Amino acid sequence: MTLTLSEINEQRAQQSDYLWTLNFGPQHPATHTTLRLVLQLDGERVVDATPDIGYLHSGFEKLGEHLDYNQYVTITDRMNYISPAANGVAWHHAVENLMDIEITPRCQYIRVICAELCRISDHLLSCGAMGLDTGAFTFFLYAFYQRELIYDIFESLSGQRFHPGYTRVGGLFHDLTDVTIEKIRAFVRGFPKVHGELEKLLNRNRIYVDRTKGVAVLTKEEAINFSATGPIARASGVTRDLRKDEPYLCYADFDFQVPCMKTGDCYARYYVRMREMLESLKIVEQALENLPAGPINVGEDERTALPDKHAVYQSIEGTITHFELVMNNRGFEVPQEEVYGAIESPNGELGFYIVGDGSDVAYRAHCRPPSFIHFAIFPHLIRGHTLSDVVAVLGSLNIIAAELDR
Amino acid sequence: MSTETTQQIEQRIAGCTVSEFRGQARVVVPCEAIHEALTLLKNECGFDLLVEITCVDYLNFRDATDRFGLVYLLANSATNERIILRTYVNEPDPSVPTATDLWRGANWMEREVFDMYGINFAGHPDLRRILMPEEFTAFPLRKDYPMQGRGERHNFPVIRRGDA
Repeated sequence: MTLTLSEINEQRAQQSDYLWTLNFGPQHPATHTTLRLVLQLDGERVVDATPDIGYLHSGFEKLGEHLDYNQYVTITDRMNYISPAANGVAWHHAVENLMDIEITPRCQYIRVICAELCRISDHLLSCGAMGLDTGAFTFFLYAFYQRELIYDIFESLSGQRFHPGYTRVGGLFHDLTDVTIEKIRAFVRGFPKVHGELEKLLNRNRIYVDRTKGVAVLTKEEAINFSATGPIARASGVTRDLRKDEPYLCYADFDFQVPCMKTGDCYARYYVRMREMLESLKIVEQALENLPAGPINVGEDERTALPDKHAVYQSIEGTITHFELVMNNRGFEVPQEEVYGAIESPNGELGFYIVGDGSDVAYRAHCRPPSFIHFAIFPHLIRGHTLSDVVAVLGSLNIIAAELDR
Repeated sequence: MSTETTQQIEQRIAGCTVSEFRGQARVVVPCEAIHEALTLLKNECGFDLLVEITCVDYLNFRDATDRFGLVYLLANSATNERIILRTYVNEPDPSVPTATDLWRGANWMEREVFDMYGINFAGHPDLRRILMPEEFTAFPLRKDYPMQGRGERHNFPVIRRGDA
């Protein structure tokens, strides 16, 4: 017999009747997404927090067992919808690992550009929302204006602002156009100035620093023990970054640094994200200026990448390849094996564990969602802090509920 | 992946098999030895980061002899090596010892596997459903659970405004 949430609270309340219980969420402006916390309060102090999640659970992993390797990108886009293209890159990275496909250099570079633009967009939201919750509304507006520019880039890249669905097995949906390249160049030129203004607004803002410095400290040992990755682990002194440590795609070609801090508090998590944006911008610039020529998809003979529409309508090979890949009793040739493929997503290690059974649909498509792992740390972080710190800690962890619940 | 680690596991854990696919080392250990293998990897081989715990239901899978395959993804945060540790459990009582005593991060990962597959983690401090509602009875990621038609919204009790 397992205890239900209400029973636990009742037992605890009997032991200490001066504590009172506060229900935080699921519909609360400061949770930003749909998640619920049951807080045990001693006056203003949080004695314990019990997260209750699952409000957005929509069976994404079950759907992964019914949609083929190309179709599932529409679902991964909806996991972390703040940086959707990075999820597609992660999914197809794992799929190509399973099928042993070597993608073309141009495709690698474009995927890197997408992933890094997503990282900037995700960090802008995370820092902006954290600023908003701690009273810095102007910062939020500045950050969101820049996110709007990134949405414009994705719109011209794929035709969709919010859910681009841009990656395909063995390639991409479309090649970069000159218009898109010009938009990315304009963003790369303009962003450092705005970033400087953003830093001036918050880095030494006394209210913001008072509310975040020394709050919710995560030590290095705890970060590793709790399986934290990404900016949250790097703010605690763990230097692990998959872009440097297991260079996937073409990250080995670029000159960039991995910002780390040792304090592990909310301010460190904010500051690591702010510095990472500039490093990502460096990668985008280098990738764009050194973009290799050539095709974006692997060859038609290999029967893995969908041919472009011109080839489908004008050549017999293109028609046959398209037909073979789209018909549901043909499709991809997949080994009966299991692989894990992971990338460094904006929030941390985003990996997919895929079991192939020879058909064109995955037998099991498991996602390792960074938000889920990080939200498990929350009760540990908030214990002993005041109620007003709850929003600062939530903001610094950057919990995206669609990815948390899947 | 260093061969030292896999050799060490082969010597210490009886009945384990080592394989490799696309450069990823995988070790299948017997169900009784899973906790021992995790302790060995964490404390002696330096695999201090538990990346993820997940499960695969092998019902109807070609050539499969066991029902559930548990997957532990581990990484070494100093050398960045990875290892995949697997074990098999079967009906009617799929149960393995918990890893929460080794990693605190294992808590929610095991709760998710319990919620989706009904695998019991013996010794887990708080094994409750995490994503599905408390009153839900089935395990939705099992292969004998259909994608549509069961446990959907119309089966849930309706709470009206007056009764709430």
